[in-house]
Amino acid sequence: MATASYIKDPNDTDELLGCIPNLGAITEKIGDVVLDGDKTPKQWFLWMGIAFVTCLAFLYSVTVLLYYGVGVWGINIPVAWGFAIINFVWWIGIGHAGTLISAILLLLHQRWRTSINRFAEAMTLFAVMCAGLFPLLHMGRPWFFYWLYPIPNVAQMWPQFRSPLVWDVFAVTTYFTVSLVFWYVGLIPDLATLRDRSKNKIQKIAYGIFALGWRGSAIHWRRYEKVYLMLAGLSTPLVLSVHTVVSFDFAVALVPLWHATIFPPFFVAGAIFSGFAGVVVLAIPMRNWYGMKHLITRKHLDNCAKVMLATGMLVSYGYFCEVWMAWYSHATYETQTTYQRLFGPYGWSYWCLIFCNFIAPQVLWSKRIRYNDLALFIVSIIVLIGMWFERYVIVITLTREYLPSMWGRYAPTMWDWMLYIGTLGVFTFLFLLFLRFLPMISITEMRESLPKKGGGQDGHSIMENAP
Amino acid sequence: MSDHGHDEPQTYGMLAEFDDTDKLVSAIQKARADGYTKMDAYTPYPVSPVIDALGFPKSEMGPIMFIGGLIGAACGFLMQYWTQAVDYPLNIAGRPLISWPAFIPVTFEMTILTASLSGLFGMIALCGLPLYHHPLFNSKTFERASVDRFFLCIEADDPKFDKTGTMAYMSSLGPISIEEVPV
Repeated sequence: MATASYIKDPNDTDELLGCIPNLGAITEKIGDVVLDGDKTPKQWFLWMGIAFVTCLAFLYSVTVLLYYGVGVWGINIPVAWGFAIINFVWWIGIGHAGTLISAILLLLHQRWRTSINRFAEAMTLFAVMCAGLFPLLHMGRPWFFYWLYPIPNVAQMWPQFRSPLVWDVFAVTTYFTVSLVFWYVGLIPDLATLRDRSKNKIQKIAYGIFALGWRGSAIHWRRYEKVYLMLAGLSTPLVLSVHTVVSFDFAVALVPLWHATIFPPFFVAGAIFSGFAGVVVLAIPMRNWYGMKHLITRKHLDNCAKVMLATGMLVSYGYFCEVWMAWYSHATYETQTTYQRLFGPYGWSYWCLIFCNFIAPQVLWSKRIRYNDLALFIVSIIVLIGMWFERYVIVITLTREYLPSMWGRYAPTMWDWMLYIGTLGVFTFLFLLFLRFLPMISITEMRESLPKKGGGQDGHSIMENAP
Repeated sequence: MSDHGHDEPQTYGMLAEFDDTDKLVSAIQKARADGYTKMDAYTPYPVSPVIDALGFPKSEMGPIMFIGGLIGAACGFLMQYWTQAVDYPLNIAGRPLISWPAFIPVTFEMTILTASLSGLFGMIALCGLPLYHHPLFNSKTFERASVDRFFLCIEADDPKFDKTGTMAYMSSLGPISIEEVPV
């Protein structure tokens, strides 16, 4: 009861589910946002406007890039990837929380995943789309992207399957496809609900097509649950493998501080860290704008904040380990590169990272902060910035490796920034479209969370133990 | 479906509407005990007692996805083996051509990909979806099967089915409404 004093809004609750009477009410609450255009909040239009303008900036920067080539970016030798790989890893890391919530928390029987899995999965899909753009555009001639796949071609050559870059292509495409399948399987019954409750012909046809004629038959449900559980089981190792492979892009290279076995777990922890920050950044405005405080409750935000705190400590342990290993190894280049990382020309970015990822999240130990929308939102934004700096620090290592004759400088250009900010716009644009046209919370799974007298199953989801 | 050759409209089955899963479960148990065999229930979310009461077996999805995954694993590995060691062998300082540890990540990703896709397409195919129309959609009350009502349908091809008898029988099961669903 001590927690109640932190909650000021009467609609707010720290239970998993606020006051919602029955199956009909929950369907109406979530479904009508989609079916009834009048329920769209004003802020949606404001942010859609901002996102639209940013999308135009994105299109402009891509056009300039394709016209002039990657020379418009700040990349050079030694920093050959620059912003492209920083942003790629940043975006894909954000995406990982969606899979973690929808798959790993399902396997772990965490009921609090239910209200947040749908939009977190949408976040995954859109983040992976943004991530994929960067390596694609970095190719210079993106229309030859299919060379990355083993498609028979006139050159009679194949991709080099011993290269982490090719592993990455397979990992990211698989990740996107499986995330889409998982998301869509979850959506099918909800689409059927929207079809049956549609208010006009267009809605009926559109949702009807994607619902595939789902009618909620018991034998269909039996298969459905099993597939859903199995997809969760498959996505769990998948999400870990994807970021492991992403870390191999670095760790397999012989660059000091990159060539480390800590990279895969360190990257996965960082991905979850930034991903949960992403979930919080999306959830706080959503629950306020759409009046969803009784569905996405304090409890959910609190749990997300705790996961952020835990993964933040894991990541900080990684930072400590890197420095410690450099000292303990007595390897000249490791030590020297670490010194350059901490106190070299880009040392400021390292201390930014330490502040954002280690110091700032410490405030989450306080329940008062975790229960305060604004404070939690700000901490999450700081974490997102910090995780961007983490990749920046890693990539900028290339300016100070081995011999001074290899040293260089790196500075992004305006086109780097415009493309990066452009992808933020693309993400926001897609996410807002998702909020408008698809149920942002899984209606089907929320029904099971209802109490028995409201027609639910007291939160017992059989997907957790599908036969 | 003109083999009956009668004037009367064809029936898909008799649809009973319930407002509670427990009532639906006991209705199913009673109907099965009384010899009805061809029936299905329709619920807005998966309710395991309902599925169990209908006597549906363990889902066949596990083996399908397992086999799908094995096919993906085999194809993924053989693809790499063939391209790197057979079709275009690159001798780099005499290193082994069949460098299988380096082939594991792609093999793994292919396993997950094919297992997932076989799950999606396997489920859709086994459920007979996508389906343009189904007789149950002729019923207006059935729209609530995806919202807040639980339905039991005894189908017309059940050997015990006859219109008046089955309707009278189903009304004894305590539904909110009963309806004959035309084909």
